[in-house]
Amino acid sequence: MSRLEPIGWAAAALLLAGLPHVLSLFQTVQLTVFVIFALLALSLDFIWGVAGILSFGQAAMFGIGGYAYGVVGIDLGITPLGLAVGMLAAAFVAGLIGYVAFYGRVGPMYLAVVTLTVTLIIYQLMGSTADPRYAIGQARLGGYNGMTNIPSLGLAGGVLDAAEFFYVVGALLYLAVLSCVALTRSSFGRTLQGIRENEFRMELLGYDVRWRKVLAFVISAALAGLAGGLFASWGNFINPEVFSLPQAALVVIWVLVGGRSTLWGAILGTIVVQYLTGVLGGAGSTYTAIALGGVLIVIVLLFPRGLMPALTQAVVNLARRSPAALLALIWRP
Amino acid sequence: MDLAAVTALGVLFSVATLALLSLGLAIIFGMMGVLNLAQGEFLMLGAYTVLVASSHGLSVWAGIVLAPIVVGLIGVIVERSIIRFLYGRPLDTMLATWGLSLVLVGAVTLTMGPTTEGVATPLGSFELGRYSVSIYRIVVIAISAGASLAVYLALRYTRAGLVARATMQVPQLVAASGIEPERVYMSTFGLGAALAGLAGSVMAPLTGVVPTLGLAFIAKIFITVIVGGPMVLIGTTSAASVLGVVESAVSYASTPIYGQVAMLTVAMVLLRLLPNGLSGLWRSGL
Repeated sequence: MSRLEPIGWAAAALLLAGLPHVLSLFQTVQLTVFVIFALLALSLDFIWGVAGILSFGQAAMFGIGGYAYGVVGIDLGITPLGLAVGMLAAAFVAGLIGYVAFYGRVGPMYLAVVTLTVTLIIYQLMGSTADPRYAIGQARLGGYNGMTNIPSLGLAGGVLDAAEFFYVVGALLYLAVLSCVALTRSSFGRTLQGIRENEFRMELLGYDVRWRKVLAFVISAALAGLAGGLFASWGNFINPEVFSLPQAALVVIWVLVGGRSTLWGAILGTIVVQYLTGVLGGAGSTYTAIALGGVLIVIVLLFPRGLMPALTQAVVNLARRSPAALLALIWRP
Repeated sequence: MDLAAVTALGVLFSVATLALLSLGLAIIFGMMGVLNLAQGEFLMLGAYTVLVASSHGLSVWAGIVLAPIVVGLIGVIVERSIIRFLYGRPLDTMLATWGLSLVLVGAVTLTMGPTTEGVATPLGSFELGRYSVSIYRIVVIAISAGASLAVYLALRYTRAGLVARATMQVPQLVAASGIEPERVYMSTFGLGAALAGLAGSVMAPLTGVVPTLGLAFIAKIFITVIVGGPMVLIGTTSAASVLGVVESAVSYASTPIYGQVAMLTVAMVLLRLLPNGLSGLWRSGL
């Protein structure tokens, strides 16, 4: 695998560079939001797959990043600074939650509930800001209607066009995956994997697991915050729906579909799920919520290791047993 | 004087509702170690039971009696079809019940419509000096106290309660003495669901009935149960007392949303100081 790995990285880079040339403007814009969501899924995959910490609050970190980007973008007009502030704001909130949870040594379920509760309360809090007096500078929070007129990301003086924005987003995702993989292979990452496998043993070996878990949580929140800032720039808009339960569940579903054993699995999972909801979409959010809930139950019951790893395994098994059957499955004359 | 009495009643009411709303989840969490994220939807189903009962000409009281039965049965079905495959995997249980919560909200929205339906508050009110106090609120306080007491007596003095407590501590021993722990878990989950149904039905006349009803309560319930810790009754009642006072004080001074924010803040501080929740202060108990 390791000999093929550089080829994989190169192929991914080529794919990202080539796509805007092949796709129409609409498809490029659509793919950009998939890539932004993939960054969010990556942030959960890093904390859950590598460190074994399940957070239900990644959507909240995403939203915090988005709102921070909006405020900085509207008030100061310096959009790259907005992205940075979004990352810092999400990291700060995660640091607070992580400090309470990991230094208090609460169990994994408690962390999941605390992050979920924080998400729910931010949802209601942001929803209650409809009154014009809830504004930071010129940026009105706008209650459930959300924050509008958020400026698009601009670099070097000019606002980026759709293809340029796709390149920026794609490059950021590429860098993020690269950093996460490098981090996973560093001694810090190996310690995190040790914590995932047996936290007690890591402590007995003399590792302070507390700050390592907080740090991993903060890094993952910063990634989610970055994705949120990019999302606010993409749509020039953000509203409290990013803090809603279906949205929070969606992030978990992306990672569950892609499988949490590889970091790139989450990216594939995001694109598959978003593409399918796009195909099935138009039926209204109620049907989507029911479908998402059903998918969540089915995956947890039947494919606890992830949907795509299970499918891959099934295909591999079939290929071993009878290559002809596999061929017939793919290619029907 | 009247103001003091009315305020005291208000605080008591918010503590009592918090305890009643959390009791079902506390039982499921304390006894089985799983957190049911669809608990808010069990409340919502309880509220809809009252709505459906009253639209068929039954009284609110009949609805309140029916709700625990209906929702308890739904709980047993959920346990048999989903939860029982996930014992020993608490995080997966949370994910599956989260999915269930999305499905239930969606299904009720499709069948009953997304709008808020009102249920008339029974019993009227009485005068306390210059203030008017709803009698129904007093009844709610009584129902909450009665439910907690009933759970205490059942766990402490009946054979089923003994078996349930034993299963909570050493399931192998219970299995060895010829009782299936699975069956105990099924009844426990059903009981937790039934209590949520009761709580939801009691709240229906006060809040109105809407598919997203659970969302309004679920954050509070989770905070209460987490702060309470694994001891079902001591944990829930003490956590509800602390958090209910905080919530009603802050809500009174500003808005209910800041009340919840204050609750969450207090809960985070308490969790940092007492990772096992308020239960950690007691050596043993229920």
